Amino acid sequence: MTTAHGVQTGAWLLIAIPALSAAILLLGGKRTDKWGHWLGALVPVGLFVYAVILFFSVKGQSGREINKNYYTWIPVGTFHVDFGILLDPLSMVFVLLITGVGGLIHIYAVGYMAGDPGRRRFFGWFNLFIAAMLLLVLGNNYLSLYVGWEGVGLASYLLIGYYQNRNSAATAAKKAFIMNRVGDVGLSIAIMVMFAYFGTTSFDGVFGAMNGATKGVAAALGFMLLLGACGKSGQFPLQAWLPDAMEGPTPVSALIHAATMVTAGVYLIARSAPIYDHSQAARTAVVVVGAITLLYGCIGGCGQDDLKRVLAYSTVSQIGYMFVAVGLGPGVYAIGIMHLVGHGFFKAALFLSAGSVMHAMNDRIDMRRFGGLAKVMPITYGVFLCGFLAIIGFPLATGFWTKDKIIEAALDKGGTSGWILGLAALLGAGLTAFYMTRALVMTFHGERRWEDDVHPHESPKIMTVPMVILAALSLIGGYLLIFGGAIQHWLTPSVGTSVEEGAHTVSPVVLSLLTLVVVALGIAGAWVAFGMRRVPTVRPVVVSPFTTAARNHLYDDAVDEAVIERPGLWLTRALVYFDNKGVDGVVNGLAAAFGGGSGRLRRLQTGFVRSYALSMLAGAFAVIAVLLAVRFS
Amino acid sequence: MTPTYYLVLSAALFTIGAVGVLVRRNAIVVFMCVELMLNAVNLTLITFSRINGSVDGQVIAFFVMIVAAAEVVIGLAIIMSIFRTRRSASVDDANLLKY
Repeated sequence: MTTAHGVQTGAWLLIAIPALSAAILLLGGKRTDKWGHWLGALVPVGLFVYAVILFFSVKGQSGREINKNYYTWIPVGTFHVDFGILLDPLSMVFVLLITGVGGLIHIYAVGYMAGDPGRRRFFGWFNLFIAAMLLLVLGNNYLSLYVGWEGVGLASYLLIGYYQNRNSAATAAKKAFIMNRVGDVGLSIAIMVMFAYFGTTSFDGVFGAMNGATKGVAAALGFMLLLGACGKSGQFPLQAWLPDAMEGPTPVSALIHAATMVTAGVYLIARSAPIYDHSQAARTAVVVVGAITLLYGCIGGCGQDDLKRVLAYSTVSQIGYMFVAVGLGPGVYAIGIMHLVGHGFFKAALFLSAGSVMHAMNDRIDMRRFGGLAKVMPITYGVFLCGFLAIIGFPLATGFWTKDKIIEAALDKGGTSGWILGLAALLGAGLTAFYMTRALVMTFHGERRWEDDVHPHESPKIMTVPMVILAALSLIGGYLLIFGGAIQHWLTPSVGTSVEEGAHTVSPVVLSLLTLVVVALGIAGAWVAFGMRRVPTVRPVVVSPFTTAARNHLYDDAVDEAVIERPGLWLTRALVYFDNKGVDGVVNGLAAAFGGGSGRLRRLQTGFVRSYALSMLAGAFAVIAVLLAVRFS
Repeated sequence: MTPTYYLVLSAALFTIGAVGVLVRRNAIVVFMCVELMLNAVNLTLITFSRINGSVDGQVIAFFVMIVAAAEVVIGLAIIMSIFRTRRSASVDDANLLKY
């Protein structure tokens, strides 16, 4: 660790500036309506410039790590929590991604939200989102991470429910918030365990103490952190909120899926690498969760008619890939982070072009009502195509460099589990190609199935320029990241050296070709099913059980309802019944008994002096009788 | 003379007093019966004082007389005022202080 100097001392501004801007926009009221969106968009762009300067400053630092405590945040006896900022390769990657991609999305949102009366409020919350996310990745202890974590949850709640007059949006926001809360319980328990066993929550302190920790503590921490990560990243079994989060405006979806929020879980696990190094069980759980989720997302994505939902499921599955990568352990972390960054590029490009389509189609999002948009919206089509190529792993596009590496790493795990993982990842790649082709074909190709009142048009420049930048990054970003092992070397101080040069189960070239074949099969399948046939404007009713399952997201809502919601409701009702009849019954019964009893006892006070005298006499006789009895017994 | 007679007399007086308190309604009579009980007790005290050859009992008898005298003063005053307000000296009519 080295001390901060120069530009690095101001790192706290990264959090303070967006928070301040959010405060100005939210508290300033209508006065800020005129220029509020420009302020909101300028902030992340400015932060990005500062982050780039910081990046080079950190790069020049020995050890590439700056850990600066600003002040003692919570001083309680011997327990101190410092508010501090950790600038290291891992957090720098996230800061650049959040401010860079986030900034582009902000600029896009200026155009996208142009007609919306609540644009200023929207940008206030957007900035709050950025502030919370930066606090999450920059904090140097788990407690400030937790604050950022909750801040992200709050901001996502506000933004998903942005159209607050729409019932479905309000429900989706609540769903997201509550499912996140389930995960947050895990994270908070993990922090409590750290406090109980290590007496500290700082990254340095906890990781230092891990060597002395028992297996049980390490496993508990690993599992609880995983639960937290699952909630925030929409991983199995807490994935159901993510597709519903599409109720928010499209820039929100892009921000949640590409730059912030869902990446937090991956960050948490990568950051907690020293904990997972001590618990094989927890690490295995991460991989299993990732593998299940990546297939789950793919299957869910195949059955959706809502373009944004398809993209949402693709996020679920891509984050699954990242979980597989960070779960595989030392040497693969960097690949997971690399996929995360690449995913940030192409998912933002895909979402923004989906938003552009929505913009053109009067906010309609049913792909069965699209078709043939390629000619009308050439730029949007181009951007979507770039994102498409990147996500399916078309040669030399981003996904080709990052996703194939994960498949390779999964196979290299070795043994039966390695094969299962590798094949799952490979199958996922094929399915990804299938549903993305389906989305592409249904939206941009084929005949025009528009409703009569829509007149699609290309979006304004303020929207297309960020889209084009992201499209370019989707195509070449992966290559830039991996060129000469750039990102692996950069991340080495944070997550350890990348070991790709070990023994390969399948040689990389063969695997690449195999992946391409699988992807090509997926594309061909989708082309045959949707490109060559007429797409019905109403979804067919008679379909295979597989399609029905995919349409119903593999019944996750039904399962959640049956397993969690219903029993929870029963439990609540039983508790209410017990409270009303049991607890209240005892208390009220006791009170009634005393009340009634004393009411009757009162009747003894007749007011007749002679009856009092009689009772006194009787009492005197009783006392004498007792005395005599005692005396002569 | 054995002290037994005094004790029997005292018990008889006390019983008459107690029964009087319980069965009579006129406040003055009840009052007299109370006095009778007090004096029955006085007689017992003096008898035992005599038997035991100690003056303790007699001293206590004096105290009782003094208390009884004071009580008579207050008691008669109360009976008087009750009679004035309710036009009756019956103890059963003075039954307002109840549940």
